[in-house]
Order: sequence, then C-alpha cells, then structure tokens
Amino acid sequence: MSSEILPRFDGFGVGLRPQHYPAFLEQGALVDFVEVISENFMVRGGRPLYVLDAVRERYPVALHGVSMSIGSADGLKMDYLRRLKSLADRTRPLWVSDHLCWTGVEGFNSHDLLPLPYTEETLELVSANIRTAQDVLERPLVLENPSSYLTFADDEMTEWDFLGELTRRTGCFLLLDVNNIYVSGSNHGFDPSDYVDGVPFDRVRQIHLAGHSQGKGLLIDTHDQAVPDPVWDLYETVAARVGPVAAMIERDDDIPPLEELLAEVQIARARHQASHRAHAA
Amino acid sequence: MSLLALQRGLKQHILGAVPGEGGAYRGDAAAGLAVYHNAYRVQLVACLRDTYEKTWAWIGDEAFETAARDYIAEYPPSSWTLNVYGAEFPAYLLARFPEDAEIAELAWLDWALRRAFDGEDAPPLSPEVLGALDWEQTVLTFAPTLELASVTTNVAAIWSALAEETNPPPVEALPEPAAVRVWRAGLSPQYRTIGPAEFRAIDLLQRGESFGNTCAVVSEGLDEAAATQLIGEMLSTWIQDELIVGARAEP
Repeated sequence: MSSEILPRFDGFGVGLRPQHYPAFLEQGALVDFVEVISENFMVRGGRPLYVLDAVRERYPVALHGVSMSIGSADGLKMDYLRRLKSLADRTRPLWVSDHLCWTGVEGFNSHDLLPLPYTEETLELVSANIRTAQDVLERPLVLENPSSYLTFADDEMTEWDFLGELTRRTGCFLLLDVNNIYVSGSNHGFDPSDYVDGVPFDRVRQIHLAGHSQGKGLLIDTHDQAVPDPVWDLYETVAARVGPVAAMIERDDDIPPLEELLAEVQIARARHQASHRAHAA
Repeated sequence: MSLLALQRGLKQHILGAVPGEGGAYRGDAAAGLAVYHNAYRVQLVACLRDTYEKTWAWIGDEAFETAARDYIAEYPPSSWTLNVYGAEFPAYLLARFPEDAEIAELAWLDWALRRAFDGEDAPPLSPEVLGALDWEQTVLTFAPTLELASVTTNVAAIWSALAEETNPPPVEALPEPAAVRVWRAGLSPQYRTIGPAEFRAIDLLQRGESFGNTCAVVSEGLDEAAATQLIGEMLSTWIQDELIVGARAEP
C-alpha cells in the first residue's frame, strides 16, 4: 500500500505502564498522548483491554510493539500481524510502531531486540517485510532505531543511511529514540551528530527519551532511569530540526511515581522550546 | 554470510551455555555477545518471576532462580508473546520437586490466575434469564476462563497467605480429594477450593451433559434432602461466582 500520509501529532507524552493505570483512569489530562506496548493488549479480554479502552477515551494513543521482528530472515508471523491489526482497528491509534531489529528465527523467539547487519540483502528483506506489514495493517509502519551492542563485518552502510533508504523504498516513517542514538554512538564509535545529520526528518513522527546504564565497556539501553544530560542535549539538536512530532519519556524498568515522569515531560517541553528559541536566534 | 546464516549464528550464541565468539562481527564482539546472552536469560527469569510470583515467594530466590534458569535452557520461547511463556513450568516443578506437591500446585494456581486475568470476556447470564430456564433439560456454558485442577495439599490457603503477605500455613495433605477452580468474575481473577462432587459436575457439564443428568450422577447414593442441598448450594455458588455465561436446551 502507499504510505505517504501519516498526520503529525505535536505533543508530549509518556509510555503508559500498569503502575500508573489508576492515575490515567481517574485524573484529568496529564499529558498530550500516551504510548502503550502493543503486545500487552493483544489479549482476549479482561482488565488490559478495559484499561486501554478507557484511556483511549481520554488520550490519543500510539501503539508500540516489540515482537514484529521486521528483520527476521524467515519472514513475518502472519498471526501476529492479524492480532496487531485487530488491536489497531479497536484502538484507532496515532500510528503503529516497532523496532528495526529481529527477535527470533526458525521458531525461536529471544524476546530481545537483536541487531541487523546493514547490507543490501537486509535492506531488500526488511523492505519486503515492511510492505507486507503495511498491507496487513492497512497503515504505514513507524520504525524505531534500536540500541545495539554489536556491529557486523558485512555492514555496508550506516544505520541512518539504512533507515533513510527504508523510508524511501517502503514509505514507512520513523520513531527516533534519542537515547538509542547516544548509546549506539558510544558503543560503536560514531558521532551522534552525524546520525542526526543523516536522518530524513520529514519521515520522523515520534521521539523517545530515556536513560541508560554503564555496562562492561558498553552503554546498556536499560530504560530504568531518568533521561541524562547528554541525551537531553542531543534531543535539543533533534528538536530544532524535526518539526512538530510526538515526544515522550519512555521508562520500562524501575518505574518511578508518575510525578517523576511528568516532571521529565516538563523538561522535554522546556528543552523543546529552548531549541526553537536557539534556532530562531 | 547470508542474513539467515548470521541470525542462526547469533541464535546459537544466545542459546549457548556461555556466550560464544564468531567471525560475523566487527571488532571484539565478546562484550556485545555477552549482553545479548545475559539479557535473554534475565528477561525470561523476570517473566517467570512475574507469572509465578507466589511460587517464587514460597520456594525462595535461590531455588526459584536455579529452577527458572534450568527451565529456560530446556524450553526456549517460540511464541511472539511472553504471555504464554512458562506454560510447562508447573509440570517441570513437579518433576523437580516430586516430594513437595504443593510447589507444582502453587505454580498451577499462579498460571491459571494469570491466564484468567486477560482471558476471554463473557458476561454472566442475568437472574431473569437464569430464572426462566428449564434446568432439567439445560446444557450450561461456563466462563471461558474457568480452569480446574485436582489438588492434594492446602495450596489455596498457602497462596492466599502469600498474596496477603502474612505467614503461610505449613503444608498439609488434604484429608479427602479436592480441586481448585479458577475463573474471572468481571475483571477480577478468582479461585475457590471445591469438593469432588462439584469437580465431577463441572466436568460433566463441560462435556455437554445436561444439568438434569449431571445432577442425577452427582446425587447418586444421596437421599433426596441431601441431593437437593448439594445441588442447590452448588448452583447458588456458580451464580454468585458469575460462572454461568450461557445456557441452551438439550438437543
């Protein structure tokens, strides 16, 4: 399908986590939008779908998946795509996103976001998979840049060139995770500003802001702490160039009280405004 | 190297007993491979802890972690959803702790309650509909989340104490056969210990037997007053528990 049109959403949000369901169900407008993990709601019934429906009445919702495995060499799981389509039809999301990665192959699922070699072969395969996904979902796909801890001897291009080419070949859009750029840049020795220079910003619809941890010789994308200053600084660079998009705080572990996340949302708003003032000057 | 060959290689690194090395990567890949090797296990152990929270509390960190890691080595996940990961863990624990039946029974209860949590919705029949039924000829449909298992220990009391974070009672063998049924009422997963008559009745009804025939079977050997009391209490509990979601006349 043609995927040229995906309206922008200009606002700030958080990833909705179970600890914060009561607040989102009981209080007024806390953020401009929320993002939910698709797989948590690809269930048959019960509280998850009750909560999602109720939250959707109050907020725009972005569906963010972790299991599409768009880069699996043995193709996509059609049962997964059909379940996701069903959820998307129910939720009427801003968009449906997943990661540029593979999670498993030949009947194995690691439930981790595994890295891809950036080669022409991979480009052709991922492009074909994106077209299939977009056809089944009847929506454009939004792809997120992953954090990674390996690069491949066969790599023929940078990640940002790979993503740009994917958008040209398939009409997909991008979710730019600023923390992941920072983490992968540190792990693989590239300058995040080169990444930012290479991203086709007209295709970016969403931004993730998160924290990371120091591992043994590598930064680890743990998403378990506040956004650190270098990631905020990189966000300002991105915000100055990206135009109106949905930006959000993403926390997946050690979930703090909602107030802490909302305070980070306020920082994101301030950093965004600062970037535009600097840009205008 | 083809993409498929590369993915098979990384899969083997992740599944291996120790993180491996390989020529497919740029530079020194040992640290990166170790991250993926470790993250895979950490996430699956966390998944099992989450699903089997009371079992974990009962057997303790060390025993649970060891059992979980051995299970993960034997049962790598294949589904796209972690919701179904760990389905074989109760049976695995039974084989691992054959002298401690309450462990596998606790695990079954953890699993069944988790599945009931996001299982299929089905509203209970209203009192008006129930009141109009010709019960003798009726075939009932129970909530789709209903699961039953025979138990030999006071596992329900142990689970309940662990859920309330009070001191669990010591394990006791039940004096007579019993079962636990799990279902969801509204949005809340529930469990209840039931006796052999109710277990038999639900089993028959789930096989499509009529309510009348089921009552006849489970009342065998009882005088009329006892049979009436048994059936009345059973039916009243099912209605109170929102278990009956469908009814049709026997063909």
